Amino acid sequence: MDKEKIVVLGLKAWFDEKQALHGINIRIKEKKATAVIGPSGCGKSTFIRCLNRMHEAIPGARAAGRILVDGQDIFGPEVDPVLVRRQIGMVFQKPTPFPTMSIYENVIAGLKLNGLKGKELLDEAAEQSLRRAALWHEVKDDLKKPGIGLSGGQQQRLCIARALAVKPEVLLLDEPCSALDPISTGKIEELIHELKNSITIVIVTHNMQQAARVADETGFFLLGELIEFGGTKGIFTTPRDKRTEDYITGRFG
Amino acid sequence: MENNWSQSYSLRKAKDKIFLAAVSLAALFAVLPLIALLLFVVFKGAGSLNWQFFVNLPRPVGEAGGGMANAIVGTMAIVGLASMFSLPIGIFGGLWLAEWGKGKRGFFIRYAVDVMSGFPTIIFGIFSYMLLVLTLKRFSALAGGFALGLIMIPYITKTTEEMIKMVPRTLKESALALGVPEWKVMLSVVLRTAWNGIFTGVMLAVARAAGETAPLLFTAFNNNYWNFRLDQPTASMTVQIYNYAISPFSEWNNLAWAGSMVLVGLILFVTVTVRKYSKRINYG
Repeated sequence: MDKEKIVVLGLKAWFDEKQALHGINIRIKEKKATAVIGPSGCGKSTFIRCLNRMHEAIPGARAAGRILVDGQDIFGPEVDPVLVRRQIGMVFQKPTPFPTMSIYENVIAGLKLNGLKGKELLDEAAEQSLRRAALWHEVKDDLKKPGIGLSGGQQQRLCIARALAVKPEVLLLDEPCSALDPISTGKIEELIHELKNSITIVIVTHNMQQAARVADETGFFLLGELIEFGGTKGIFTTPRDKRTEDYITGRFG
Repeated sequence: MENNWSQSYSLRKAKDKIFLAAVSLAALFAVLPLIALLLFVVFKGAGSLNWQFFVNLPRPVGEAGGGMANAIVGTMAIVGLASMFSLPIGIFGGLWLAEWGKGKRGFFIRYAVDVMSGFPTIIFGIFSYMLLVLTLKRFSALAGGFALGLIMIPYITKTTEEMIKMVPRTLKESALALGVPEWKVMLSVVLRTAWNGIFTGVMLAVARAAGETAPLLFTAFNNNYWNFRLDQPTASMTVQIYNYAISPFSEWNNLAWAGSMVLVGLILFVTVTVRKYSKRINYG
């Protein structure tokens, strides 16, 4: 049996008084890709943002419940969210290269801001991360150029490289392809296949075909609740819950 | 039934033209003072402007070759002092307003900053006079710098807040998601991204402060000689211009014109370059 990387127990989340998640239980397997699907406003982004404690970065937002990563509760009183985020990286919907930094500086930003020094070490980390993000061959001669000069798809892979550089064990992808064209989307999906050999991936997506293509397991969210969770093939071919079936068939027409 | 589409058309076209002429004229009158002032200052000042003006001390009436070297250095020193304390306060204050100033306290501080930027500048001079000149019992560059710094703070705070608010939230979140502590994210990503815009605001505040006379009259006072001590009366271009301009001697009057030209040129240069430069801000 596969090892469980993240175990979520009774996770609830609020924005001020409005409750966005109503007790989520989910077990995410190590070195697999897990997709989270559901209509807009179902709480899937809130859920993924809880996993590295980014949810609470929004003023007025709070969460309760337990999220065990390798058995340790990230909501524990002694836990520093900054250290959680180094272990659990995140890439957002819109590509967000730091506009004042070059491609190279962007990739090593996390390392440098966390105090890593030494040119050789940083150069090596930059190349390795860019290779892992399948961007090295496209940018290796332009490392000094600004990151925002790249195309949308390249920018998103740059953001993935930046997240990978701090060597996280889990990578959270919050609708990473929704602002990209089909070709760039395809490259990111290939990348996910490649990456899950070494790290655990959780991806939120609007696109059900994408979930079907990249994910080993899929969870369907509706109105802040996890309706169904299981192997991707099962969810898409033989959903157990009527609501899952409605959503899936509705979208496929 | 016959339509009357063309009946009043020519009349309306005439009205349209009159209106356009009226607003164009108003727009012309709006820039006329600037053009007239520039021409006037250049016309009056250029004749007395020479290298001696920049390198020599003021000289008594009747002696040729007097300059404003000490006043130029004095203005730089006073504005430098003012920047030294208004920059950190203004920039960090603006950062606080943009990031943490949503509640009642933020509203109060934002309001106070707005009110402060509308104060007559002489009030800051009086405040500095009471606080520093009376306690230290002498006029000083320090007192002048304090007054000018107070004037600069609201400008810097407001620009910083506006520029930081333009930095997308997602950028800050991306940095946080890399496991970087929040204070470092603020300094290395948020402030750095907004820096071009903040710099613009700082330079405009400096240009404004350099052009102030009233708050310096009874704080830095004036000095006809070199002074490199911050606790002594210090010359500034504006006060020197003021003294020369109201004097009954025509050669001093001419020097006042030359000083005005230099000052206006300097402020115009800073304003124009900074405006041109700030258009290139790119937030990605």
